[in-house]
Amino acid sequence: MKLWRSALTVAALSLVAGVALAAGGDMGEVKKQAVNVPAIVMFLAFVSATLGITYWAAQRTKTAKDFYAAGGGITGFQNGLAIAGDYMSAASFLGISGLVFINGYDGLIYSVGWLVGWPIIMFLIAEQLRNLGKYTYADVVSYRFQRVPMRTMAATGSLIVVILYLIGQMVGAGKLIQVLFGLDYIYAVILVGILIILYVTFGGMLATTWVQIIKACLLLGGATIIAISAWYMASDGTFSLEKLFQKAVEISPKKDAVMKPGALVTNPVEAISLGLALMFGTAGLPHIMMRFFTVPNATQARKSVFYATGFIGYFYILTIMIGFSAIVLLTTNPEFLDAAGKLKGGQNMAAVQLSAAVGGDFLLGFISAVAFATILAVVSGLTLAGASAISHDLYANVFAHGNVDEQQEVRISKMATVALGIIAILLGIAFEKQNIAYLVGLTFAVAASANFPILITSVFWSKMTTKGALLGGWLGLISSTLFVILGPTVWTDVLKFGDPIFPYKNPALFSMTISFLGIIIGSLMDNSENGKQECAAYEAQDVRCQTGIGAEGAASH
Amino acid sequence: MQQDLVHAIRSNPKYHELVSKRSKFAWTLAAVMLVIYYGFILIIAFDKEFLAQSLWTGSVTTVGIPVGVGVILSAFLLTGIYVFRANAEFDRLTNEIKEEVL
Repeated sequence: MKLWRSALTVAALSLVAGVALAAGGDMGEVKKQAVNVPAIVMFLAFVSATLGITYWAAQRTKTAKDFYAAGGGITGFQNGLAIAGDYMSAASFLGISGLVFINGYDGLIYSVGWLVGWPIIMFLIAEQLRNLGKYTYADVVSYRFQRVPMRTMAATGSLIVVILYLIGQMVGAGKLIQVLFGLDYIYAVILVGILIILYVTFGGMLATTWVQIIKACLLLGGATIIAISAWYMASDGTFSLEKLFQKAVEISPKKDAVMKPGALVTNPVEAISLGLALMFGTAGLPHIMMRFFTVPNATQARKSVFYATGFIGYFYILTIMIGFSAIVLLTTNPEFLDAAGKLKGGQNMAAVQLSAAVGGDFLLGFISAVAFATILAVVSGLTLAGASAISHDLYANVFAHGNVDEQQEVRISKMATVALGIIAILLGIAFEKQNIAYLVGLTFAVAASANFPILITSVFWSKMTTKGALLGGWLGLISSTLFVILGPTVWTDVLKFGDPIFPYKNPALFSMTISFLGIIIGSLMDNSENGKQECAAYEAQDVRCQTGIGAEGAASH
Repeated sequence: MQQDLVHAIRSNPKYHELVSKRSKFAWTLAAVMLVIYYGFILIIAFDKEFLAQSLWTGSVTTVGIPVGVGVILSAFLLTGIYVFRANAEFDRLTNEIKEEVL
């Protein structure tokens, strides 16, 4: 506990120092964002509450099962909120409302893709993960296969997805906090890194879960308040949707185009490929899959997805409403525009500016604090998933071949968390000025092409063997990465090498096909004795998968 | 898992009932979601005008609004339908199998 107290003190001090430095640094600078006092007060309240929870959770986190899976004792409803908290990022809240603010209906089309992966998770992987796995999805894909190569591949896939996702979150966090709190980018990034190291190393999955639950409640609550009050104001107090849309069409520079599909879907191949990446990529995100090990059984796993889908769907509907109301209330309001007549802080600030328009500084402060909380919750989940891949998959099962003391494994996991936190800070700093728009697409493409195919075939296809899984998994990983690098977003836009070698921005349609073909061909051509045993082991795996008999239960304490 | 337990479960008719009912149901619902989502995307790709028309005479609200929101609601409804049946029927079957073999 001594270590914990001193860590807490260091965090508190660095927090105060960071805020004070930023406040000092701001005085002389030209028109950077002013320090937002209500925002900082509410943010500090959130941080103290979550650190309190971490302290509480630290005392209940003793075994490996506590650390990785919160003892398996989270209820379906709690897990549903936590999944929503893990998945609803500040980027989607601000990005989608900003997209609706600029393009109207196209923002709605975009948001839909982010939701449709959830039913797929429900029908095909949620209870399967719960019944076959223990702490990580690699448990499932190595269940009847050769442990070392399968774990190595699954952990590599997990870590790549986690790192890519982390870069986006850290850069977003730094920029957002800079705009909202007037805190320097570098302090913001370091602050996020320190806080998530504290949450995860001390509180493990239990603290991470509660940070995500609180964040989900705050974000849903805050978005509801903005959406309803803005809708009321934008529809002249009538709460009529038609009235809201009428005024949006009147005021928007795009006129009635905001009510129609625009340029978002023009190339069907691109659209189908993006849809595949979003749908199946969601089912291949390690931090999302990990959440299914925190509930006691398949019944609760299903309930979690149901609640999560409801919360996430509701969140997107709110975000769309916020975007349309922002068109009405912000487009012509000089208070929120810069000299060029554009929205202050860019289109992604639509939801934030709207909160100021309907609720003044207080609501603006609240939403800013919520946005920061959102980032912390998402980054904590990612870090824990990455640390588990390192300690549970690579260390315990690959290097130590399963002969490892539980406490030692947890210690390694905590060290990995600290390392990942530092890596996240460094990546955040390194990518500050980079164009990172392609990262989201790449993350989902890799998750859909490397993680998802081996997961689904290991559960549903009795003839898969280690050789097939390795061939398909690595091909999916390599091809999706390669196609993104050779495609228009990286080859042409980032590297400026001229015409792209691979013509599509979204490679999932092709890389998923390659991955599945690799699995099928590799497995069918595998005549080895090992392969035959793996096929024979499917029966027992399937019985456990279908019934949950023999599955990990909740911890007894 | 013990080989004899696996054998006992696999020779239980209720196990086959559970497996065939659940996999049929799950894959059907997954296919429904794919059809709804890709239906929406393909309408946007090939017939934007359909979604761009007024919902009723003179309205600013387009057909696209209820269709888009409908896709979001359908995702929630489909998961609800699955949970409703799985947590009643499939869990009952699973518990019966457990009682019989364990």
